[in-house]
Amino acid sequence: MVNRKIAPVIKDAIDYTLELKPCQKFLLDNNIPVYTIDAGAEDVIQVELVFHAGSWYETGNLLAAMTNHLLKNGTTAHSAFAINEHFEYYGAYLNRNCYSETATINLHSLTRHLKELLPMIREIITTATFPQEELDIYRQNMKQRLEVNLKKCDFVANRLIDEYLYGFDHPYGRYSSAEAYDALHRDQLAGFFRDHYVNGQCLIFVAGRLPVDIAELLNKNFGDLPLNQSAIAEIEHAIVPAVNHKYRIANDSKAVQGAIRIASDFPNRHHPDFTGAQVLNTIFGGYFGSRLMSNIREDKGYTYGIHSYLQNHVQRSAWMISTEAGAEVCEATITEVYREMERLRNEPVSEEELLLVKNYLIGTLLGDLDGPFHIIGRWKSMILNELGDDYFDESVATIKSITPGDIQSLANKYLQPEKFYELVVV
Amino acid sequence: MIHFEQFVLQNGLKVIVHEDHSTPMAVVDVMYDVGARDEDPEKTGFAHLFEHLMFGGSVNIPSYDEPLQAAGGENNAYTTNDLTNYYCQLPAENIETAFWLESDRMLSLAFGEKSLEVQRKVVSEEFKEHYLNKPYGDVWHKMRTLAFKVHPYKWMTIGAELSHIEHATLHDVQQFFFKHYTPVNAILVVAGHVTVEQVKQLAEKWFGDIPSGEKYIRTLPPEPLQRTARQLEVHAKVPIDAIYKSWHIYPRLDQRYYITDLLSEILGGGASSRLFQSLVKEKQLFSNIECYHFGTIDAGLLTIDGKLVKGVSMQDAEAAIEAELEKLKVSTIEEKELQKVKNKTESLIAFEDMSLMNRANSLAFYTLLGDTSMINNELQRYNNVTPADIKEDAVTIFDPGNSNTLYYYAGN
Repeated sequence: MVNRKIAPVIKDAIDYTLELKPCQKFLLDNNIPVYTIDAGAEDVIQVELVFHAGSWYETGNLLAAMTNHLLKNGTTAHSAFAINEHFEYYGAYLNRNCYSETATINLHSLTRHLKELLPMIREIITTATFPQEELDIYRQNMKQRLEVNLKKCDFVANRLIDEYLYGFDHPYGRYSSAEAYDALHRDQLAGFFRDHYVNGQCLIFVAGRLPVDIAELLNKNFGDLPLNQSAIAEIEHAIVPAVNHKYRIANDSKAVQGAIRIASDFPNRHHPDFTGAQVLNTIFGGYFGSRLMSNIREDKGYTYGIHSYLQNHVQRSAWMISTEAGAEVCEATITEVYREMERLRNEPVSEEELLLVKNYLIGTLLGDLDGPFHIIGRWKSMILNELGDDYFDESVATIKSITPGDIQSLANKYLQPEKFYELVVV
Repeated sequence: MIHFEQFVLQNGLKVIVHEDHSTPMAVVDVMYDVGARDEDPEKTGFAHLFEHLMFGGSVNIPSYDEPLQAAGGENNAYTTNDLTNYYCQLPAENIETAFWLESDRMLSLAFGEKSLEVQRKVVSEEFKEHYLNKPYGDVWHKMRTLAFKVHPYKWMTIGAELSHIEHATLHDVQQFFFKHYTPVNAILVVAGHVTVEQVKQLAEKWFGDIPSGEKYIRTLPPEPLQRTARQLEVHAKVPIDAIYKSWHIYPRLDQRYYITDLLSEILGGGASSRLFQSLVKEKQLFSNIECYHFGTIDAGLLTIDGKLVKGVSMQDAEAAIEAELEKLKVSTIEEKELQKVKNKTESLIAFEDMSLMNRANSLAFYTLLGDTSMINNELQRYNNVTPADIKEDAVTIFDPGNSNTLYYYAGN
């Protein structure tokens, strides 16, 4: 009989050599950089076009997001329906996403259909027309969706906490409203499209099982476009954080839970403390066995889940604690969050707990490198944030070598309650 | 083509091995043949509450999570109306840790009073977060009650009411465990950077001596054929009127399941689907509309769910849905439209199969259905569907007598 009291011997995950598969780079005729990862067992491919067309560059609230969303709602040659049907006929997905700095067009398809799909993407990024009727339908539907979302405490809390951190006039702190949807005109979308897509700056990320003629295909479809002809505009936005640090908002008189957000400003990925802070964050609230989960969920049962994380933008990050807790235990939950910060400041984490967290982080990193889409995702983040090719290796080295003393001094530097904004929406 | 080998231990535990040496990781997936449909109607929500207790320590190991995380692993679990699934992923060299942890909690749990007390609270908060503190959060509670009169799909996995969870006792927990959490009612899938020989040896070592338990024989009352349309009006504190229509469909193993799956794609899958194009874009009656089903093992529901544009009447909205369904009943769809949804299905399967975890999960699910090799011939079953099948299916399913409609009115 096997002795079940004795755990099998493990190899510490930190003893693994983690290697990020290198990505290939080449330029199209018009100097668009293309980054590729050729890997995977399935006949699938992802082609992502990244434009510097995020809300950072917009001249009206929601302009960047709306332009990005309506890209595939009509071109000079095809209606919205015809475009959607084209992609869907080939079993492909064309997603659009708008972020603070960038906006993307992301194609997922079976590799064998790629050549049928790229010409339609070219058509979209050169001749999108933003028909008035499409704009009106989208506006009306988004306003209705917003009205529903505003009934949700968590949705309201996510908006307000960003506003406290950055100010409403900063792209990181701004959010939607019915008025903002109403205020936008078709001409503004067409103008933003002309400046930031047709004549914009673009990078392309490709991953999956690549066809042998991938460079040729991309060059044929995108290599002659007037992209990347000028430098990216340098625009500064002033961060105007809120003065008051504590907020209690009543959103729904019958709410049985409150949405809690506790957040502080934090530097971006270039800061030397960044990776160490991620290890500290994991201990604090970044995995299932974290201090916050163990105390507030697994010991007290105040919540279904509590998490902390670094919410990353290119320029700044925010250290965020987020949970939905029973309406009657929200204040008790906040007290416990601060108590866990205090413990991390006052007591060094044990070698055992730190090793567990290091193993967990390296193990999940190893798992995250499963498949070409995840690998290109890592590269994309490093390239768009200009972190340098060694960033991944340096981060892994920091995780492996960080000490309880480092963790404690980071906690003393950053986990100070007076740095945090505190919000409950009930 | 996903390769696998299978064998059965003497105690009845089915084991599936899927080797993939392109990854340094391994996945261990344990699926138990028990879901919310197997609960006592007076003690609903139990299968799911139990899933939480599976992390409260086992007979020889005080914590499940800590040793797994220390071995570089992560894990999760979910409960549906049909089954309960536990899965973890870790560096393949540490795979024995997963065998040690999973086998000990199949052997027996710690059954701590504190763990039960805390998880009752956690699940209550989960109930509130997902079903109470959210606009339209009670829709599925109401729809299930309306559509199912007999079959246990009439309650949600979270439970029919909070009090059932709040009143759960340690005795209930123990009974549930020894009835369902036994090798003969479980499936073990090991995938990734492992070999069949290695898994055979480890499975024998860690699971081989667990008493097999009694095979649970499921005798659920079938839902009687619905012949008369059912309606329910709800007035709630939501900002927008909504309509939900559900029709009874077929069990997962019925060939008509594949027809119905494609039918739901034709109606509601993506921006070129019929309901979206006609009712959101052209007629502008809905701000969004979807068509879906949950892929349940017993006969479940096909649902159309839409939010009305302000100012549109419920009658007009419903009539417009009915008109779209009528088109499918009277005219045969074009081959090209059917090919579109088949192509979408093919790429969906390819994308899902990229992840080792998904492959392990699918292998467990098809084994539970009774035939692991289904994982490799699903696409063929979809490709066999003809335009005439779609029409015939639409006529049967969208029979007015088979419908359940929830009119959800915005109020104060």
